Amino acid sequence: MSDLALRPERVAAEPVFVVSRSRRPASWAGVLGIVLVVLLAVMPYVVYQSLTSTLVNFFILVTIATMWNALAGYAGLVSVGQQAYIGVGAYAVLIAAQHGIEPFVAIFIAVGVSVVLAYPVSFLVLRLAGAYFAVATWVLAVVAYLLVLRYPSLGGGTGAPLPGLGNIGATLLGAYTYWAALAVAVLAIVAVYLLLRSRLGLVLTAVRDNEVGARSIGSRVTGAKRMVYMLAAGGCAGAGAMIAISQLNVQPGNVFNVQWTAYMIFAVLIGGLGTIEGPIVGSIVFIVLQQTLAQYNAWYLIILGAVAMAIAIWARRGLWGTLVSKVPIHLFPVGYYVHAEPGVTERRGLARLLFGPARRAKRHPTAPTPSGPTPSGR
Amino acid sequence: MTILNDIIQGILLGGLFALFACGLSLMFGVMDVINLAHGDVAVAGVYLAVVLIPASHIPALWIFVLVVPAFMIGGYLVQRYLLQPSLDSGAITTLLVTFGLSIVLENVLLEVFTANSYSLNVGSLVSSSWQVSSQISVPYLDLVILGVAIVVLVALQLFLVRTRTGRLVRAVADDREAAELVGANYRHLFAVAAALAFGTVAFAGLALGAYTQVSPTAGPTYLLYGFEAVVIGGLGSLWGTLAGGLVLGVATTLGSQVDPNLGSMLPHLVFLFVLAVRPRGFFPKRAVT
Amino acid sequence: MSALLEVSDLSVHHGQLEAVRSVDLTVTAGEIVAMIGANGAGKSTLLRTIAGLHTPSRGTIHFDGRDVTGLPVHARVAAGIALVPEGRHMFGSLSVEDNLIAGAYSRRRGPWTVDKVVELFPWIGERRRQQAWQLSGGEQQAVAIGRALMSNPRLLLLDELSLGLSPIALGRIYAVLPELVSAGLGVLLVEQDVAQALSVAARVHCLLEGRQRLSGRPSELSMSEIEAAYFGTGRAAASVGEAQ
Repeated sequence: MSDLALRPERVAAEPVFVVSRSRRPASWAGVLGIVLVVLLAVMPYVVYQSLTSTLVNFFILVTIATMWNALAGYAGLVSVGQQAYIGVGAYAVLIAAQHGIEPFVAIFIAVGVSVVLAYPVSFLVLRLAGAYFAVATWVLAVVAYLLVLRYPSLGGGTGAPLPGLGNIGATLLGAYTYWAALAVAVLAIVAVYLLLRSRLGLVLTAVRDNEVGARSIGSRVTGAKRMVYMLAAGGCAGAGAMIAISQLNVQPGNVFNVQWTAYMIFAVLIGGLGTIEGPIVGSIVFIVLQQTLAQYNAWYLIILGAVAMAIAIWARRGLWGTLVSKVPIHLFPVGYYVHAEPGVTERRGLARLLFGPARRAKRHPTAPTPSGPTPSGR
Repeated sequence: MTILNDIIQGILLGGLFALFACGLSLMFGVMDVINLAHGDVAVAGVYLAVVLIPASHIPALWIFVLVVPAFMIGGYLVQRYLLQPSLDSGAITTLLVTFGLSIVLENVLLEVFTANSYSLNVGSLVSSSWQVSSQISVPYLDLVILGVAIVVLVALQLFLVRTRTGRLVRAVADDREAAELVGANYRHLFAVAAALAFGTVAFAGLALGAYTQVSPTAGPTYLLYGFEAVVIGGLGSLWGTLAGGLVLGVATTLGSQVDPNLGSMLPHLVFLFVLAVRPRGFFPKRAVT
Repeated sequence: MSALLEVSDLSVHHGQLEAVRSVDLTVTAGEIVAMIGANGAGKSTLLRTIAGLHTPSRGTIHFDGRDVTGLPVHARVAAGIALVPEGRHMFGSLSVEDNLIAGAYSRRRGPWTVDKVVELFPWIGERRRQQAWQLSGGEQQAVAIGRALMSNPRLLLLDELSLGLSPIALGRIYAVLPELVSAGLGVLLVEQDVAQALSVAARVHCLLEGRQRLSGRPSELSMSEIEAAYFGTGRAAASVGEAQ
C-alpha cells in the first residue's frame, strides 16, 4: 500500500513517523470488498431472478451515483444533465445492436462513444460555473433528446426494442445482465478510486478545498475537471447501456429523463458527498426505500427528495460522512495519514502484501486528514 | 408574408418566456440563486387554479387574484425557511435544494393529479383573433399574454425603483453588508425578492395554462426557456430579459415552420450559441434596475 | 454623565486568531473618541463588532444602558448605532439620493433629511441624480456618512475615514465632525492617521495586536508614549513620520 516511512535510523522504541495511504481497516476493507464482489457474483446461482433484477437496478444506481459524486464531490461540478450520457449510452447499444453487434460487447462502444463525445462538450461547459454549468448541462441533455427524436430508425418518440438478445434463454440473459451491471458498477468505483489516488486526485482535492489556491500553485485544474467530466460521461453511458439491456428496449423519454439525475443526486446527498462510500450507502438506502414503498408509486421519490434536501442543508456530510466523523474508518483510502509509530517492525510475505510493510504495536487515535495530502509523499 | 406572421407570433410568445424569466433574473440578481424549481412552481400555479376555479366560482381569467398572492406568500416562506438555510451552508447546496424541490414538486403533482394535462378555459379569448391582413392574424389571447407580461415587468420595475422596500431590494443586491448597516434585515429582503419571483412566475403559469395544455412534468422546459432568456438578454436587466424572451419566441416559431421538433430545439441551440460566444450573456452582471 | 456606549472585556475571534482582546471602552453623548493603532491591530474588528457584524467571543456591549451584545445589525441600527464602513460600501447602482434615502430605511425619528445632508456636504448636491459608483472617493465618503446620518443615530462609528482620500477631501470631512457632536452625537472613530485622530478626539485609545496599550486625553499623552503603544515598545523615531 505504498507506505512511505520517514525514519532517519531504525531505533527501537523511538517514535517513527509514517505517512501512509491507509490504516489497517482499509486494508481489511480491500479483502472484504473482494469477498463481497465474489459473493455478489455468485448470487444468480442462489437467489430468485426478482432479487437479481432489483440488484441490477441497484448496480446501475451505484454507477451513476458514483459518477455524480466524482463530478460534484470532487470536481465541484453540479451537473443536472448526466441523463444526456445515459441516453447516449443506451442509444449507442441500440444502434450497435441494430448493426449486428452483440449488446454486451456494445457496452464498451457505448462508453467509448460517450467519452469521445464528452471531450468537445467539455470545452463548452467547463468555462461555466455554478448554476450556469448546471443549466447548460440540462439544456444539452434536452437537445440530445430532441435530436434522437428526429431519427425514425431509432423509433422516434416511442423508442425501439433492443435486438440481438432473443436467442439467449431468459434465465441466462438475466444472469449475464446481472454480471455485466455488477462489472460496470465495480469498474466505475475502481476508476474513481484510481483517479483520486493519482496525481489528478491531489489536484482535485486541492480544488475542492480552495479553487483559487489550487490555481495559484499552478495545478492543472481545468485538465483535472475535464478528466472527471469525461470519466462521468463514460460511466453514465455504461449505466445507460445497462438500462437498455436490462429493459430490452430504449425509450427516449425514459433514458433522457432528468429523474435519473435526481436519483443520483438524492443517493449521493443521503449517503454523503465527497466520499467514495457515500454513493454506495445512499444507493442502498434508495433501493430499500423504493422496494419498501413500491405500492405507493412515486412517494418513495418524494420522501427521498425531501430527506436529501434536509441532509444537504442540515447534515452536509450525509450518512457515511457522519459515521466517519464518529468512527474514523475509510474503506477507500484516498487521503494521507501521518502518525507516530512506536515499535515498528517489518512485515514479510503475504502479510506485507496485504497490510503494507510496517507493523505497528497498537493503533493510535490519530485524526484522519483526508483533505490534507502531502504531495512530497509521491 | 408568412415569415412576418411567424415573427409576430414569436414576439407574442416571447412575452410568455419573459414572464418566466423575470423572476429568475430577480432572484439571481439579488441573492445569486437560480431556482431550478421555477418552472415547476409555475405548473403548480396552473394546478392550484384548476382546484380554485370551481371552488371559488371565480372565472379563469381572474383567478390570478387568488393564485398570485398565495404564491407570493409561498415564495416568502420558501426563501425564509428553505432557501435561506441552504444559502447559509453554501451555493452548491442551494442549487441542489432547488433541484430537489423541482423533483419533489413534480412528483407530488403527478401523484395528486396523475399525468393528465390541464388547461385554463379563459372563454372567447382563445378562439377569436385580430385579422390584421389576409396573411397576418393575431390571436387575442397572445396579445393579452404579451400585455400581461409588459404590465408585470413595468409593475416590478416601479416597485424596485419607487418604493422603500424595492429600493432596499436593489441595495441588498449591490452590497449586502451595507444594506444591513442601514437597518435592513437582508433575510427579509431576500424573501421579498423570492415573493416577487414566485408572484411573477404564478402569472407565467396561469398564462401558460390559458395558452396550452400543461402537464405536471412541463416545468423544466419552461425553467430552461426562462434561464435562456435571462442569459441571452443579460443578467439583472428586466428589459434585457424581455428582449431575450422575444428572441427565444421568434426562434420557436421560425423553427416550428420547418418542423415541430426544430421549434423545440432552436431556442436551445440559440442559447448554446450565445453561451459559446459569451458565457456571461451580452451584458455583464450588474444589479437589478 | 452616564455612558452612551459601554464596552466591557470584549474579545473577538477570527477563527483561531484573537483579533480583539479584552477591550474596555466608553463613549458619552457629544464626545469624539478615537481608536488608533497599526494595520491589523483589531480596530476595525472592534468597530464592526459594536455594529453587530461580528459576534464577540467574550464580553458585553451596552448601548444607552441596554445590553445589545446579542442583537442583529439591523436591530442595533434601529436602536441608534450607525457604522460608516471602511471602503464606504456604496449601493453602486442606486443614485446618490437613493443611497441617502436608503439610509433612512430604519425609520428612526430625527432631524436628518436628504436636504440636511446636502447642506452638510454641499459638494454632493449637484451629484444627487448620479449613480453612486460614478463618484470620487471623497464624494463617496461624504455620501456614506450622510447615509449613516439618515438613520438618525445617537452613536456614529467611523471606520478609516482617511483611507484613499485626498488631504483636501479629508479636511472637509473632519471639519464637519465638531458640528455633528455639538448636537449630542457620540462618535467613535478608527484611524491610522494619528495626527488627524488626536486633533479631533476628546479621548484616544491605542490598540496593539488586539490589546489596549494606552488610553487618555490627547493633551495628557506624550508623542513617545503614543509611539511606544503604537508599535509596541519604543522603535525608531523615524517610523512615526511613516505612520502619519
